[in-house]
Amino acid sequence: MYHSAIWDEPLLKELEEIKKENYVPQTALPGPLQRTTPLDIPDLDETQVIRHFFHLSQMNYGIESGIYPLGSCTMKYNPKICEEISHWEQFTLLHPYQDESTTQGILQIMYALEQMLCEITGMDHFTLQPAAGAQGEFTGLLLARAYHESNKDFKRDEIILPDTSHGTNPASAAMAGYKVIEIPSSKEGTVDLGMLEKALSEKTACFMLTNPNTLGIFESEIGDIARIVHKAGALLYYDGANMNAIMGKARPGDMGFDIVHLNLHKTFSTPHGGGGPGSGPVGVKKKLERFLPVPWIMKKEENYYFDYEHPDSIGKIKAAYGNVSVILKAYIYILLLGGNGLKEASEIAVLNANYMKKKLVDSNLYELPYSELRKHEFVISCNRLLSNKGIRALDVGKRLLDYGLHPPTVYFPLIVKEALMIEPTESESKKTLDIYIDTLLKIAQEDPTLIKSAPHNTVVRRIDEIGAVKNPILTWKTLEKTKDLMT
Amino acid sequence: MQFIPNSPLKNNMLKELGLHDINDLFSDIPQKIRVKNLHLPQGRTQQEVEEHMRLLAQQNKSFYEMPSFLGGGMIPHYIPAVVKSVISRSEFYTAYTPYQPETSQGFLQAIFEYQSLIAELTGMDVSNASLYDGATAVGEAALMCTRITKRKTFVVPGNISWEKKSILMNYTKGSGIQIKEVAYDKKTGMIDLESFKKTIDTETAGFYLENPNFFGVFEDKVNEIHSILQKNQSMFVVGIDPISLGICKSPGEYGADIVIGEGKSLGNPLDFGGSTLGIFACKNEFLRQIPGRIIGMTKDQQGKRAFCMTLQTREQHIRREKATSNICTNEGLCMLAAATYLSWLGRKGLHELSEINFKRGQDLEKKIIAIPGFTKMFTGVHFNEFVIRCADAKKIQKYLLRQGMQGGLLLKQWYPELTNCMLFGITELHSEESIERLISLLKEVR
Repeated sequence: MYHSAIWDEPLLKELEEIKKENYVPQTALPGPLQRTTPLDIPDLDETQVIRHFFHLSQMNYGIESGIYPLGSCTMKYNPKICEEISHWEQFTLLHPYQDESTTQGILQIMYALEQMLCEITGMDHFTLQPAAGAQGEFTGLLLARAYHESNKDFKRDEIILPDTSHGTNPASAAMAGYKVIEIPSSKEGTVDLGMLEKALSEKTACFMLTNPNTLGIFESEIGDIARIVHKAGALLYYDGANMNAIMGKARPGDMGFDIVHLNLHKTFSTPHGGGGPGSGPVGVKKKLERFLPVPWIMKKEENYYFDYEHPDSIGKIKAAYGNVSVILKAYIYILLLGGNGLKEASEIAVLNANYMKKKLVDSNLYELPYSELRKHEFVISCNRLLSNKGIRALDVGKRLLDYGLHPPTVYFPLIVKEALMIEPTESESKKTLDIYIDTLLKIAQEDPTLIKSAPHNTVVRRIDEIGAVKNPILTWKTLEKTKDLMT
Repeated sequence: MQFIPNSPLKNNMLKELGLHDINDLFSDIPQKIRVKNLHLPQGRTQQEVEEHMRLLAQQNKSFYEMPSFLGGGMIPHYIPAVVKSVISRSEFYTAYTPYQPETSQGFLQAIFEYQSLIAELTGMDVSNASLYDGATAVGEAALMCTRITKRKTFVVPGNISWEKKSILMNYTKGSGIQIKEVAYDKKTGMIDLESFKKTIDTETAGFYLENPNFFGVFEDKVNEIHSILQKNQSMFVVGIDPISLGICKSPGEYGADIVIGEGKSLGNPLDFGGSTLGIFACKNEFLRQIPGRIIGMTKDQQGKRAFCMTLQTREQHIRREKATSNICTNEGLCMLAAATYLSWLGRKGLHELSEINFKRGQDLEKKIIAIPGFTKMFTGVHFNEFVIRCADAKKIQKYLLRQGMQGGLLLKQWYPELTNCMLFGITELHSEESIERLISLLKEVR
C-alpha cells in the first residue's frame, strides 16, 4: 500500500530565526518613500530553507511520481534532456533587448518552431507570444475582432461554443468583450448542427471548438461545421487542448479552422510547473496574418530578426516574446520525436485511452455515455456506483490517492453526471494502465465507508474547502489572528 | 520510439480491442482531412539533438560572454543555487495545477508562503498565486478597477513601457474601457502632477503608477497622488520592482489599493524575456474581485492544518463567462522560485540587496556623467536603472557591440522625444571589471 511522506512542516514564518538584526537604512530616498519599518520576513540559514522546500516537495505528486491521467491536461513525461538544455546559460542569460546579432541561436529556434507548428496544424503563421492556453484563446479572439472590424463588420459581438467546452473558452470570450452563446450537444455528444445553424447569425464573430471534443469524440462533421460557420461570415476557432489525439493524422487547418491555439505544456511535453509557466502559441490562416501580435520573427538570407512594422497588428499581448524557456523545450521535444514520432505519440495516446476505456466499460461497473470510439481521452460516469452504493466520482478520485495513483479530472465536462475524464497519454506502459484499471475496478467493489472517507494514506485527509472559503486564511498575517490553526 | 513504452506492444493491444490496424482507431476522421505524414525531419537521438542545440547556443551571447547594461524592466540578478535546486525537484516542476489538494500539499503550502511574502513586501492584505507577467497584471488591474467602481476610464502615466500600454489596450478594449494618459515631467522623469490633477475625476476607475517607473525614477509625489485619487474615489494601482522594496516603502504604506509588478527578478533568469512572474496583491476588501488562483489554509477532517485552492467561484472553471479572469495556467514554478529566493535572502538579505542595487545605480550614473558628452536626463532619484543622453546613441551602441559589450537600451524607437537617450541598468551581478570596461569604452568612443 502506498503512503505519502508526512512532514509536519512548519511555515517559513514558524521556523526559528537564527539572526535578528535591526534594519538601519543606509540610503536616502525622498521622504515619503524612505522605508522606515523593516520587512517582516524571517532570516533563515540556507540549511533551513533547503530542508523546508525539500520536505514540501516530498508532499507533492508529479509526473515522475506516477501516472497523472487528468483529462484535457495531457500529463505526459517531460524529457530530462529538454530541462537540462533549457538551463544552459546561453539561453537563460539572454536579455530580451540585446542586439539581434547576439541572439541568432534563440531567434532561429523560435522561427523554426513557428514553422513546425504550422506544419503540424496546417496553419499559415504562428505567434509564440501568449503565455498559456487561455491567453492564446484571448489573443485569437482579439484577432477575430480585428479581422471583422477590418471588413467594416462591427456587429459581430457573439461567440458560440458547445456546452462541452473548457471553462477558459467562455471566460476568454467575455474578457474580449463578447457575449457568450452556449449550444447543447447532440445525443451523440457532438456539435448539434441544427442548433449551431440556429445560433449563427450576422452577429457571430466566432465558433470555438475543441476537436476531438472534451468527451474524447472526434467531430466527424467538421467539414459541415466549417461550411455553415463560414457561410454565416463567422470564423472557426480551434482550442488545441486535445491536439495530442491527432498529430500526423489530421490538421485543424485542413478541417477549416481559421485560428488555432496550442498548449506547448500539454501536447509538446513541457512541464506544467505546478501550474505554469505554460505557452499558448496561436496560429492563423493567411487572411488573419496581418493582425498577429508584434514583433514577428523574420528571416532574411541567413539572418533572423524581429519585425515590428505591421500597422494592422493588434500590438502586444505579453511582455517580451512569450515564455521562451517553455518554447525552447517544445522545440527540443519536436526534434527528438520528429514527424514520425509525433504521429506515433498520438497513435499510442489514442490506443492507450481506448484500451482503458474498453476494460473499464466491459466491467459494467462504470458507464460510458455516448458512442464507442474515443480519441486520446474518454469520460466515464460513476452514476451506477452512485445509485447502487452512494459513491460519487469525487470519492473514487480520493480513493485512488490511497493507491498512489493520481485521480482523473472529475465532474468535467459538465454534461456528464459523475464524470471521470481519463487521459492516460502515450507515456504510460501497458503495465501501468492495467494497474490503474484494476484499481478502479477494485475501488468500485470496496466497502463504501472506506471510499467515502478516503484518502487515508495521504499527508492530510479530506479537506474542509468550505471552511477555507468562509474563513479565508491567505497569509501568515491572517493566520496569526486565527490561533487554532497555529500548529 | 522514445518515451512511448507501448510502441512495441501496439499489435497485442489492438488485438485486445478487436482491431487490426492502428488506423482503425482513427476511422472517425473523414478521409478528406486525413494526412499520411508530417513533413518534419525524422526523430533524432538525444545525443544528436544535444549537439545540434550546442551549435545554436553558440550563436547566442550570454551575459557572462558579453556584459550587458540594458535596462527596461528586466535586468539579471544573482540566482543562488538553492533556488535552482528547489525548482528542479520534479515533484514540483512536473506537477499540474493542484486540483487534488491531498496529494499537492507541498506546492499548496509553498504558494501560501509566496502569498504571505508578497503581501508583506507590498503592504497588501492578500496576494494571488501569480499572473503571467507584470505587463498583463496592469491589464487585469484595470479590469478589476472597473468591476469594483463600475466606472469605465482607467488612467496611466506616460512613463511606463510602450509594451504595457499596448497590452493594456488589448486587455481593456473589449470591455469598452477608455484609457487616458498623464504626461510625465520631462525634467524630473516623474509624472506631471498638474496633468494628473486635470485628468483624474469622478469618472476615473483607477490610476496606475509605476514606482520606480520605466525610466528607473522613483515617484515621490505618492501622498499627493493618493489623496487626489481618494477624493475622486478612484482606485490606486502601484507597479513595483520587488527588489526596490528593501529600501522603499511598501505601496500599502502610501495608500495603494492594488499592487502589481514583474517578479522575474526574484530568483528567475532572464530567459530572453520569459518565463515571467506577474505579482498581484490587493487590500482585503477587494478579495472577491481578484483574478487568478488563491490558496487558503484550512483543516482536514481530523483537524490537521491543510491547504487548498479557495474562493474558486471567481474562476473560469466554475464561473465560465462570469469569472473575474480567463487565467488558468499561471506561472507556478516562477512563483516557487520567488518564494525560495525570498526565504533564502531573508529580511536582512533583501534590505542589503536593495541598498546595493540603489548604490550601484548611483555610482554608475556618476561615472558615466563624469565623461564629457554624457548627461543625466532626469533629475528624479532613481533606483538601479537610469537614462543618459549623449550625442549619438546609435554610434555608441554599435561601438560597444564591436568591443563585445551591450550598452543601455535606445529609447528613441518608443519615445521619439528621447532621441539619443539610453536606459542603463545595473545590479549586484555586474562585475567591477565590466563596469570599468564600459566606462573606458564610453571615453574612447567620443
